[in-house]
Formats: sequence, C-alpha cells, structure tokens
Amino acid sequence: MQIINLEGTEDTPKIILDQSNGIFEISGRSLPEDTAEFYKPVLQWLDAYGSAPKPKTNFTFKLEYFNTASSKLILDILSKLESIPGTTISWYFHEDDEDMEEAGTEFSELVEVPFEFKTY
Amino acid sequence: MKYIYELHKTMLQQNLILVYEGEFTQEITKSVLAMAERNMESVGEESNIKRKVFNVMVECLQNICKHADEISLEENMKNSAIFMIGKHANEYIITTGNPINNDKVGGLNNKLEQINSLDKEGLKALYKDIIRNGDLSDKGGAGLGFVDMARKSGQKLEFDFQPINDKISFFSLKTTIPRVNTNE
Repeated sequence: MQIINLEGTEDTPKIILDQSNGIFEISGRSLPEDTAEFYKPVLQWLDAYGSAPKPKTNFTFKLEYFNTASSKLILDILSKLESIPGTTISWYFHEDDEDMEEAGTEFSELVEVPFEFKTY
Repeated sequence: MKYIYELHKTMLQQNLILVYEGEFTQEITKSVLAMAERNMESVGEESNIKRKVFNVMVECLQNICKHADEISLEENMKNSAIFMIGKHANEYIITTGNPINNDKVGGLNNKLEQINSLDKEGLKALYKDIIRNGDLSDKGGAGLGFVDMARKSGQKLEFDFQPINDKISFFSLKTTIPRVNTNE
C-alpha cells in the first residue's frame, strides 16, 4: 500500500500512514484553509487500509492545536478507525494542556475505540 | 497628520497589541497568528494562556475568511474587517468586526444568545451534539467556532450588530480570556 508522508506546516499537521512499518500518526497543528480537502486523502487511505488491515493498528494523535473544522474531520477519521478491528488510539497531549486532554476524552466518548492517553 | 497620533493614543489607551484592518485570507490569518504568538512569547506568557488566545484567534479569523464572500456590497464599498487583540493585566481581549448580510443577523443573534445561556456542561453537550450530528457547511465550517470560543475562554461572548444600510450590518464580537487560569 502507498505510504502517506506529509511534512507539517504552520497550518497543516505532519501525517504518516505507513502500513508496512505500522506507523499511523497525525501530529502538529491543524488549521488548514479547506479542512475537508486536506483530509480527503487520509480518509481514502483508511478506506483502502480497512479492507486489509494489520491485526493491530495503533493510531497516534499528537496534536499541538486543531481548529473546530479539523475536529469534525478527526471524528471522521476516528469513525473509520472504529470499523477496523484491533485498532487503538494513542492520544498525546502536552502535560499542561488540559484542553487537549479534554478534547481527547470527548472523542473517546464519541467512538467505540480504546484510547490511551499519554503526555509529552 | 493628527490622526496618526490619535490612533496611536487610542491603541495605547485600549492596550491594543495588534490591530489588523483589511481583507482576510488564510495567508493573512497565518501572519496575524504568527505576530500575536511572537508577542506573547516575547513577554513570556504562560503556555496554557497562549494556547487559549491562539485558539480563539483562529476561530475568529477563519470565521471572517469563510464568510467574507457572502456580503452584498454596494459599489465603492470595501469588504474589509477588523481584528484586534488587547492585553490587560488580567485578561486578553480579542475583538473582531465585520460586515454581514442583514438576513444573517437574527440567526447569529439567536446562536450567540443560546451559547451565552449555557454553562460549562451545557456547552460541552452542545459541542458534542453538533460534532456528532452536523456536517461541514459548504464554506467548510463545522458550526462549532462560537461554542469553542465560549468553552476555551470560559466567559460569555459579547456581541453587537450595527445597521449599515438595508442590506448589511456591522457585526462586532468580543471574547475575553482571563490571564489567571480559571480551570484550577
């Protein structure tokens, strides 16, 4: 499967989706001008991956900041992951960032996927 | 030339650290954010306050960008908006002002009043309801911006509509972010 490897910018996150190495990660800042367009390849990639996933998928979110439009797309990503068996989420937040911790908690309440919370 | 000094004095009196007036785009948004961040870093602002200010700024700026092209402007009218940040001893004040069509005033007023009527738990429930059931608008907004601003600031949103003509009004919005941590 094709690897998605996007460098982060000041308004878009770093994204690595690499099936063979088992790396699934979105990190940095997410406030793109067109959120739906930006995340479209990610959602398409997950659709393809979901048809033949690895036995275990650990998806990492290590976001410093995301805007409200991105939050909707993060939920869309989580909803795709929900239907992939063996998926777990690692939700990272800066140790003094209560808002990011709470955001993760709220996402974990919206989907049926196990979340592990970690600080950095 | 007197207006230069007058504007300078007003900015000092209102403790304005950044004022931008003009057209709003994603590129402008990034520049304004970078300037405000640098300003907060240079004074050693606490990281959780910086994050909240950043958060509210993004939602304000992107609201204006997303809705700027809806305005029914008359000839010779410029579609410009204003964005300001004031820094006070105990709070940051983020204000925006932009023209909106009069047919949007009622809905916007109701939405903001609804948000202001809710407490912390009510806002959380509203956020979850919108994110679960709402779709992105054709403008790419999630309909969550004001709710998020109210949640991150922990304060009521202040707003006002000034009629400009029979088609448009000037919408002003003010968000206050306490510099003392209210989550504790």
